[in-house]
Amino acid sequence: MSADRSEDTSEERVRPGTQGRGAAAGMSADRSEDRSEGRVRPGTQGRGAAEHTSVEPILRRCQDEGRAALIAYLPVGFPSVEGSIEAMRVVVEAGVDIVEIGMPYSDPVMDGAVIQDAAVRALERGVRLRDVFTAARAVTDPAGQAAGCVVMTYWNPVLRYGIERFAADLAAAGGSGVITPDLIPDEAGDWIAAAETHGLDRIFLVAPSSTPERLAAVTSACRGFVYASAVMGVTGARASVGEAAHDLVSRTREATDLPVCVGLGVSTGEQAAEVGRFADGVIVGSALVRCLTEAASEAAGRAALGDLARELADGVRGARG
Amino acid sequence: MTAGASPSPAPGRFGGFGGRYVPEALIPALEQLEEVWRKAAVDPEFVGELERLHRTYTGRPSIITEVPRFAQHCGGARVLLKREDLNHTGSHKINNVLGQALLTARMGKTRVIAETGAGQHGVATATAAALLGLDCVVYMGQKDTERQALNVARMRLLGAEVIPVRHGSQTLKDAVNEAFRDWVANVTTTHYVLGTVTGPHPFPEMVREFHRIIGVEARQQVLDLVGRLPDVVCACVGGGSNAMGIFHRFIDDAAVRLVGLEAGGSGIESGHHAARFSTGLPGVLHGAFTYVLQDEDGQTIESHSVSAGLDYPSVGPEHAYLRESGRAEYRPITDTEAMQAFSLLCRTEGILPAIESAHALAGAMQLGRELGRDAVILVNLSGRGDKDVHTAARWFGLIEPDAPDDLGTTR
Repeated sequence: MSADRSEDTSEERVRPGTQGRGAAAGMSADRSEDRSEGRVRPGTQGRGAAEHTSVEPILRRCQDEGRAALIAYLPVGFPSVEGSIEAMRVVVEAGVDIVEIGMPYSDPVMDGAVIQDAAVRALERGVRLRDVFTAARAVTDPAGQAAGCVVMTYWNPVLRYGIERFAADLAAAGGSGVITPDLIPDEAGDWIAAAETHGLDRIFLVAPSSTPERLAAVTSACRGFVYASAVMGVTGARASVGEAAHDLVSRTREATDLPVCVGLGVSTGEQAAEVGRFADGVIVGSALVRCLTEAASEAAGRAALGDLARELADGVRGARG
Repeated sequence: MTAGASPSPAPGRFGGFGGRYVPEALIPALEQLEEVWRKAAVDPEFVGELERLHRTYTGRPSIITEVPRFAQHCGGARVLLKREDLNHTGSHKINNVLGQALLTARMGKTRVIAETGAGQHGVATATAAALLGLDCVVYMGQKDTERQALNVARMRLLGAEVIPVRHGSQTLKDAVNEAFRDWVANVTTTHYVLGTVTGPHPFPEMVREFHRIIGVEARQQVLDLVGRLPDVVCACVGGGSNAMGIFHRFIDDAAVRLVGLEAGGSGIESGHHAARFSTGLPGVLHGAFTYVLQDEDGQTIESHSVSAGLDYPSVGPEHAYLRESGRAEYRPITDTEAMQAFSLLCRTEGILPAIESAHALAGAMQLGRELGRDAVILVNLSGRGDKDVHTAARWFGLIEPDAPDDLGTTR
């Protein structure tokens, strides 16, 4: 189950926005099993440096290019840990700007059938929370084509692992932050503190049902970007995502200057282009995961995944052209 | 309340337990629910309407019954049953459902959804929906629809749509997941009638308040009959609504022991049980921070019990608090112990209990033997066992086994 980490030489890692060597040095050469006990990122190098691990600079760079960023959700551990990392590399090569590594969970109340199915299968195959760090290292590895990296996880796995320990290990692995679908800022005091210590983005969700008061409260707790769930409902492709999403993004912008990225429902290049005209980032999950779950073989899955990722990447690039 | 704010307790905490661990999309609905409920709770019109339904529809107050022949197996202690099994629809669940259905109408919503395990909460919700003219969808794990086929038919007769859930373990926890998914998508028209004292705030507190009448009635009934308070109050604990209902009025009576009985399944050592307080750890499931059966990565571990209504890997957060504070104690009762108590009550008193409630009866047998003949034990008989005849008949070998083995203990 443990993925190949031989090529991981994170001491050298300098990806855009990485915090520099000081942080990575703490990881030492010991990357065998559990590296986390009591690890505190050396120095935590003060706020200025810590902020550099954010994905916000990637989103700003895309803004400078006159386009939305493309964010791809893929669950770690499906079809296997190695296979999921391969899939992440495929989408990065296809032009994805930020990978959202999903941690499979036994009770994913925000997810539709496609992602549930992949999660169940990944758990059956023994995926562990620590595999998230392996994937984060691979995605941010400068030896490959590095991309930004955030984790999407339901809250109980983090609670069980230890909030502080999780934040330290994710930061050490090069991850930039965490999207928390079932953790609202009101309950997130410990997480916000740990994220602050380790320079991680905390990405909370806003929804079409959010009141102006909630939008103000939630966005003021966010760092990195704000995750706007485009529709009321769970993850999964939708025929149409436009209007409610546009309205939500507009209302969210009244509350914050942070980038606003739209998730839930986008499955085609055309939709990515449509959403990319008003959002700072387009988040695609189920449509990509389906490429893997419905494929006849892992190779076929990766091929389909690459095709769709390129279509989506073209979509966001052509959106404002 | 947000970034960097002091960790002042969020609303709906019982000690450190409870809270609101749900998608942001649901927060406005939870805020609306709390507001409407708090106003209704002090509105004479609402209180009067609920009281009228209790009296003229449910059949409240439910009686207490002393069971001397059963008590001979309880160390000679006096055993009193609070007869929630005699309520309309056959269990305590109707108390909560009527309250929430009235709130649904007050919120201007036209559709209710519910999860159900044994089917009792689903039946109660379908009943209230029929009474108040609401659309009703009930989510039920596929395995539970097989174990409780009779209740599926009852719900459909009452006009509800029953949707079998085929994800995950196909039991109660997956039905809850599916109900949450429905709610996120349909929250503007739909109220989620959560069936127990867990979930995000305000559900644990609100559901407890709707069931609190059980303890209010029972406390006075015991005083009237015995002339003093009971030594022990026993109740089975799945999510824990009947237990919170009967416990709450006694919390300030420090001399009254409160004992919750969890499903010990095939035994704690077997790993096949629903004894959250024996092997569970604090964590988050279904919106609340409480005790959860979970592995070392925080993944939920499936529970097991002969009783579908106790077959749940988490427990209401107020129970977690009562346990941590020492005010209540919790014990596991195995399937075998529960079924012995089930059989005993049938044969000694002519009362067929729900298998869930039989766990509380087994607890009374233990406590009676520990405390002896001067003790007075109040047991919440939370439901009747008509729905369990098939399971019990197979357990005791009274009918030919079915082809597919769908008994809970063998899952």
